Amino acid sequence: MLRVVLSRTFPRISGISNCQYSAAAIPVPSAQPEVHYNKLFINNEWQDAVSKRSFPTINPATGEVICQVAEADKADVDKAVKAAREAFRFGSPWRRMDASDRGLLLSRLADAIERDTAYLAELETLDNGKPYAVSYSVDVPMVVKCLRYCAGWADKWEGKTIPIDGDFFCYTRHEPIGVCGQIIPWNFPLLMQAWKLGPALATGNTVVMKVAEQTPLTALYVASLIKEVGFPPGVVNILPGMGPSAGSAIASHMDVDKVAFTGSTEVGHLIQQASGSSNLKKVTLELGGKSPNIIMSDANMAEAVEQSHFALFFNQGQCCCAGSRTYVQDTIYDEFMERSVERAKSRVVGDPFNMKTEQGPQVRNTEQFKKILGYISSGKREGAKLMCGGGVAADRGYFIQPTIFGDVQDGMTIAREEIFGPVMQILKFKTLEEVVERANDTKYGLAAAVFTKDIDKAHYISSGIRAGTVWINCYNVFGAQAPFGGYKYSGNGRELGEYGLDNYTEVKTVTIKVPQKNS
Amino acid sequence: LTGSHHPSNQVEQCKSPPSTVGKQGNMSSEPGNCQNHQDHDPDHGDAGPAKQTMPMPVPNLEVQYTKIFIDNEWHESCSGRKMPVHNPATGDLLCEVEEADTEDVDKAVQSARAAFQLGSPWRCMDASDRGLLLNRLADLVERDRLRLATLEALDSGKIFLMAYFVDLMATVKTLRYYGGWADKIQGKTIPVDGEYFTYTRHEPIGVCGQIIPWNFPVMMFAWKIAPALCCGNTVIIKPAEQTPLTALHMACLIKEAGFPPGVVNVLPGYGPTAGSAIAHHMDIDKIAFTGSTAVGKLIQKAAGDSNLKRVTLELGGKNPNIVFADCDLEYAVEQAHSGLFFNQGQCCLAGSRVFVEDSIYEEFVCRSAEKARNKVLGNPLVPGVDQGPQIDQKQFDKILELIESGKKEGATLECGGGPWNRNSLFIQPTVFSNVTDDMRIAREEIFGPVQQIMRFRSVNEVIQRANATHYGLAAGVFTNDIDKALTVSSALQAGMVWVNCYNAMSTQCPFGGFKMSGNGRELGEYALQEYTEVKAVTIKISQKNS
Repeated sequence: MLRVVLSRTFPRISGISNCQYSAAAIPVPSAQPEVHYNKLFINNEWQDAVSKRSFPTINPATGEVICQVAEADKADVDKAVKAAREAFRFGSPWRRMDASDRGLLLSRLADAIERDTAYLAELETLDNGKPYAVSYSVDVPMVVKCLRYCAGWADKWEGKTIPIDGDFFCYTRHEPIGVCGQIIPWNFPLLMQAWKLGPALATGNTVVMKVAEQTPLTALYVASLIKEVGFPPGVVNILPGMGPSAGSAIASHMDVDKVAFTGSTEVGHLIQQASGSSNLKKVTLELGGKSPNIIMSDANMAEAVEQSHFALFFNQGQCCCAGSRTYVQDTIYDEFMERSVERAKSRVVGDPFNMKTEQGPQVRNTEQFKKILGYISSGKREGAKLMCGGGVAADRGYFIQPTIFGDVQDGMTIAREEIFGPVMQILKFKTLEEVVERANDTKYGLAAAVFTKDIDKAHYISSGIRAGTVWINCYNVFGAQAPFGGYKYSGNGRELGEYGLDNYTEVKTVTIKVPQKNS
Repeated sequence: LTGSHHPSNQVEQCKSPPSTVGKQGNMSSEPGNCQNHQDHDPDHGDAGPAKQTMPMPVPNLEVQYTKIFIDNEWHESCSGRKMPVHNPATGDLLCEVEEADTEDVDKAVQSARAAFQLGSPWRCMDASDRGLLLNRLADLVERDRLRLATLEALDSGKIFLMAYFVDLMATVKTLRYYGGWADKIQGKTIPVDGEYFTYTRHEPIGVCGQIIPWNFPVMMFAWKIAPALCCGNTVIIKPAEQTPLTALHMACLIKEAGFPPGVVNVLPGYGPTAGSAIAHHMDIDKIAFTGSTAVGKLIQKAAGDSNLKRVTLELGGKNPNIVFADCDLEYAVEQAHSGLFFNQGQCCLAGSRVFVEDSIYEEFVCRSAEKARNKVLGNPLVPGVDQGPQIDQKQFDKILELIESGKKEGATLECGGGPWNRNSLFIQPTVFSNVTDDMRIAREEIFGPVQQIMRFRSVNEVIQRANATHYGLAAGVFTNDIDKALTVSSALQAGMVWVNCYNAMSTQCPFGGFKMSGNGRELGEYALQEYTEVKAVTIKISQKNS
């Protein structure tokens, strides 16, 4: 995901956590890490579900059950909200804490996660199926960086004093919103947790987080670190559970002040509706995408092929920002296609704990697995040209072959809908104006990229595309410093960067009558 | 998994500093427990079973670092000269330190310039990694906190517990605070007219000369280097000749934290030689000075005479502290007392003109004198001592001379008024009442334990009198009336105004002076402006759209 950590290393600075993507630097993993935590985390304590129910979490590489996990439902959400509300009470330790100390706690959490990088990466790979080399050198280091970044903001999130008319003194306070519900997906379990917790905690909120039922394990381990580093009870509560029960209870809760959701556009609609039919809680959404990746004929071919491959296939294609519509200018279309197919065929699919593996299984979600295969069938049926792949890649687990379709037309289902799997669509275009129009002809607006050496084309496209993120001559470059979010149906609000703080802040304007104003 | 917490014994760690920093910096104070330095509960410790009692100075501390620090290496002075460093509480010689002069400054500038070259490791480093280095440095300072506090108390004469709880705490917090800023110094994209795309880059200025005083040696060191480094500059810093030892220990930690060579260079030396060489240097891009207003003028002139280097100055003050009759009297007396006597009165912020409203004047004076009389003078390393020695003979003589002028010009001496303990640098806590605005003790910065108390009758009068000075650093107001508080705080010409508090400083809050108290601001987000050049980049584009 973070290309920065793949390509850019800093070996000259001794010992700075150096996320080098090379097997040599990565310790040999245990493929069977012990699971320490499988209960609900409420008020800094481990609790069974009120219903006593649990659900199995499964290793998607083998289909085997890893362990049972307590299953939160409405009653548990109520308990967690009570704890979070109490932690947010005016005068509570969390509310009275210096902002710099909130930052210190987040820094400590980052330190603890960094200390346990190898274990967390093992657990993430076991539960999610992503290659261990990636968990270790991309996901966990990005988590650490995200938390450190947000830690720094805690005491820098400044209000203003404002020169209003009249004999008044006016200032703003940036106050936390309150109890924040956060619902995160299974494609980057650890990283999404950090993206959600970092800004919410830096700004002083309390959190009730529901983690995806497919991938609850790393979030629960991080919960133990949250307690270890000293967050007060109730500040963070973590509930594994299902969307229609626990997730819905959060979205509809009358005492949750804000909900942040990352997941499908379909569920995004439900969250927004739930807010409207309950207490008008603030809503931020990070949803789906069908992101265009535009290759101009003057681009560096080798670089464009590799980046476009990475843009789609990274994380088994399970990225909301996947470059799933690769528009290639007609004069280079054939060569680009040939090279892309060659690259996809060489992609190593297999055991995610093997260091050579580039692609693991899809996340255990039978529906999702069938859906991807269904899209592949529809591509064939609607007349796209299957260039490689197109089927299941192993007889157990949830593996799918890296698949490329050529001659894809804008009206085809595979060019319109989010597949969320290792299926690449390559489309042909002639002119700049044409490609911008076609690229924008989607309900989504999450990300986009353009590959060109021409500065005018780069600016034209980056201005013209309606998307929250545009990459020029790169793809999937994420920094905690830069905001991320979508136009149109891809979401509401921004995460990360300074912009991310807005979504966790209420601005209070305080106006004081003064006897006489002076500049 | 590696082990989790090592309940670390700081005393042990300070005796033999480990060569590498642990993954988790020892947070020696629990969050929420450190907002107020004055009444900090010292009975705290690392998360762990062994609760520490009151911190104690490191016994028989040996000075480890006495040389010039250039390019991450220790150098002898080019001239071969050394300077003596004394313990002002005893007069004992602590050690001799290499004395930097022009040639050494040249060497350091070359090193800082090389570290600042385009393409250098420091210039290519991710901003977040600059932040990480500052955070690591904070971890190391925390590890060596006892050692540094002991060294500071020995070298400057300040109370050990103050050094430990105020100076070192502020040092750690400043480093962490700017560690956080490093990757948040954001340029803008700007909607200019025409077919253009414009953005700004906030770039470091370059090689920064920094000259710091002796009253808060390690804290001033952090105030100066932290914003400079977080913005990506390189630094040549001259600590005061009286107090070079903690700065040299910091140099060692800077290397240990992993800053590339040449990024920070530490040169102990005198003002007229090394300091002047920095101020006049043609290849230093910026100078930041904290010290007297007289020297501040020299620095500004030197910049004008040489390469127009950017100048920021934090200079003297003669700060008004205004006490209205409607305040909480006992609290105001206590705050005004510590506002003046803190750090032996050696603070540019000292509230050295206490204006007290007519109706409570006698009572205020009486209680203030009583407080001053109760102060315990003595060895700054010993618990229970409130006031140590002044820094050196020159300051000592100047303070006594001003006390004499106060007596001569007709102020009423309420207590103190002379030296304490013959043949030493201690001065009795002194309170003058019936001070009038024209007296020297009401106009000149004394920089010692001498409190002036004046009488006033009306709001307008006190505002006018408080502002009738060429200084403008800080001010205090004590009142329970919101209108008076807001009126006076708006009217005062000072960089900091405290309402119902004094010396309430924190790293998030900007610090600096109006008028002849200085130029620019340190700390807070504002300080970043003093260490960045803004570059506007404008690109012609084929077609602009909103």
